Amino acid sequence: MSSIPIEYYLILSAFMFIVGVTGVLIRRNAIVVFMCIELMLNSANLALVTFSSYIGNPIGQVFVFFVMTVAAAEAAVGLAIIIAIFRNKLTVNIDEINIFKW
Amino acid sequence: MINYIYLAIILPLAGFLINGLFGRKIKSELIIGLIGSLTVGFSFIISLLAFVETISLPVNQRSNVVELFTWLSVAGLNIKFGYLVDQLSLTMSLIVTGVGFLIHVYSIGYMHGDKGFWKFFAYLNLFIFAMMNLVLGDNFVVLFLGWEGVGLCSYLLIGFWYDKKFEKSTTADAAKKAFIVNRIGDFGFLLGMFLIYYTFDSLNFNEVFSKAQTLSISEATYSFIALFLFIGATGKSAQIPLYVWLPDAMAGPTPVSALIHAATMVTAGVYMVSRASILFASAPVVMLIVAIIGVFTALFAATIGLVQNDIKKILAYSTISQLGYMFLAAGVGAFSASIFHVMTHAFFKALLFLGAGSVIHSMHEEQNIQNYGGLKKYMPKTYLTFLIAALAISGFPGLSGFFSKDEILWYSFINGGFVLWLVGAFTAMLTAFYIFRLFSLTFLGQERFDHHKIHPHESPSVMTIPLIILAVLSVIGGYVGIPEVFSGENGNLFESWLAPIYEPAERLLLMHSETYSHTLEIILMFVSVVLALSAIYFAIHVYTKNRTIAENLSNNFKKLYNLLLNKYYVDEIYDAAIVNPIKIGSEKVLWKFTDAFIIDGIVNGVARIIGLVSGFIRKIQTGVAQFYALVIVAGIALILFWVILSIN
Repeated sequence: MSSIPIEYYLILSAFMFIVGVTGVLIRRNAIVVFMCIELMLNSANLALVTFSSYIGNPIGQVFVFFVMTVAAAEAAVGLAIIIAIFRNKLTVNIDEINIFKW
Repeated sequence: MINYIYLAIILPLAGFLINGLFGRKIKSELIIGLIGSLTVGFSFIISLLAFVETISLPVNQRSNVVELFTWLSVAGLNIKFGYLVDQLSLTMSLIVTGVGFLIHVYSIGYMHGDKGFWKFFAYLNLFIFAMMNLVLGDNFVVLFLGWEGVGLCSYLLIGFWYDKKFEKSTTADAAKKAFIVNRIGDFGFLLGMFLIYYTFDSLNFNEVFSKAQTLSISEATYSFIALFLFIGATGKSAQIPLYVWLPDAMAGPTPVSALIHAATMVTAGVYMVSRASILFASAPVVMLIVAIIGVFTALFAATIGLVQNDIKKILAYSTISQLGYMFLAAGVGAFSASIFHVMTHAFFKALLFLGAGSVIHSMHEEQNIQNYGGLKKYMPKTYLTFLIAALAISGFPGLSGFFSKDEILWYSFINGGFVLWLVGAFTAMLTAFYIFRLFSLTFLGQERFDHHKIHPHESPSVMTIPLIILAVLSVIGGYVGIPEVFSGENGNLFESWLAPIYEPAERLLLMHSETYSHTLEIILMFVSVVLALSAIYFAIHVYTKNRTIAENLSNNFKKLYNLLLNKYYVDEIYDAAIVNPIKIGSEKVLWKFTDAFIIDGIVNGVARIIGLVSGFIRKIQTGVAQFYALVIVAGIALILFWVILSIN
């Protein structure tokens, strides 16, 4: 840990987050959008672990487990929704899924 | 029994509840009729026992208050539900329950087969309940409760056959008219009550009247109080200008007309004026107004009665006219004569109405007297009782109406002057004429109805027995009030019985001027009797033998005849002056302009603006999740940007 400065971790985390955000904003496939969300969550996890280790307080790492648990639950629900939508509309292209429109 | 007087009030209420709640299930007309009649009958017995007990007490203990419970107690206002059992209220409650009972019994026959039989009896009982509260209440608020109660019941009863055709529309309109016109009067009455409370700090009769004798209050205040109360009385008792509801109220079943428009409700105003005699006596100007309105109403209604053809309408105008007499009496300070006439009028007018009901019943709802004639031989009992009532109302010597009417005329002469007497006597002549016109056209002369369709028959005894009892009362009812000139030492029993009630008022008015001789009284009496008898003779002669006279008269005075036939166009004038402006004002100004244009315009305008704006805004809501995400990200970026900037 001491050999690699903390900035590297944070830059990697920021990069992963930006990739995730960009993916959410530009990709059309709902599953890919979903994976990008996971990417954003993981970038946050990385930042948590990094700071936890840096401060020497394990709480941040405990948080990571929570985030993973929530992410897993969310993935289960989200995938179920995507499958349900697919069954109804035979597509997962989110441009075509605008049923919340006025 | 005085302390149990509340039973007399509760019993009709119980009858109302039983018939009202279970009447539909009871089905049997006899049981419903018995419940309705007997509750009132028992009420009468209780009143009678209370009367007997009161009369056995010394004179100064004859006024008793029965307090039941405190009704309202707010700030300085303390109103108890109490009943005042004294000479006046007992007299009234005997009339109300006694005549009411007979009318209930009669109704069993008259309403036979009506689909609303149970409802009718429930309403009648509720009416008696309200009326008993009115006459027995010991303060203005309980009186007002009864006052409004009888108003409600008259609405329900007049509109009993609510979808039956009546003149231009239906009976429901007649009911509404009665209700609305009465509201106008009640407004005056309420103002009077407020002013009484403001002046005397109480609404209790005994307190108010004793304070009225001791406190020094300006005559103007008294005048306003009396005037407002009198406005209330003009509404309830159908005086000019608020009488227009009463003729229309004949739309209800005939027993209703007999009960409400002869014996009870319409006399409520007279009772109230009489009860508040001290307040009126303290306002001489208003007394004069009462007398003038009274005598003018009497004359006015009697002239209309001369030419009407609907049997009940004639009786309705006759009622208005007789009520005018009562107010004339009250106005000249002869309060006991006024109540005396209330009593005798209750007997003979109820009898006239019930007799008319009997005729209508037998003639298959035909009410035009031009289509009657010669009913004498078909309905002997109705004929005879009707004749007695007609003689009584005409002031035939020895019958009840003679005594009461003559007392009024005498007092209006000595206290009010020659003009009041003259108008009163002339009206008495008109009364005799129109009632015998009605009588002759109905019972005497040629039969003018279609024999193939109509088979006149005497009514069942459940209807004729009340007629007979009322006929007996119409004959003997006057003998409680034989004028001094005939009875000598004993004096007028009725007057001395009621005297303690009016003692304070009479002391103020300084009545009984002894300067007038009994000879004069007899001369006046003779004049009015001659007038009445000649009118009776003339009416019978014209309408049985020589109808051409009547036709010639109506042709020669075409304009006058039409004026009377159309009731002086008062309804039309009201329509033009009040009803239509209100209607037009409501429709054009209040509805079309204020409501539809301004208020709806504002409400709809606000909605439309919001709709327009949101119409633009909703375009943003595309339903594309990524666009939302972009907005969120951009927002976060902006916030971050701002945070970072502000750090430095």
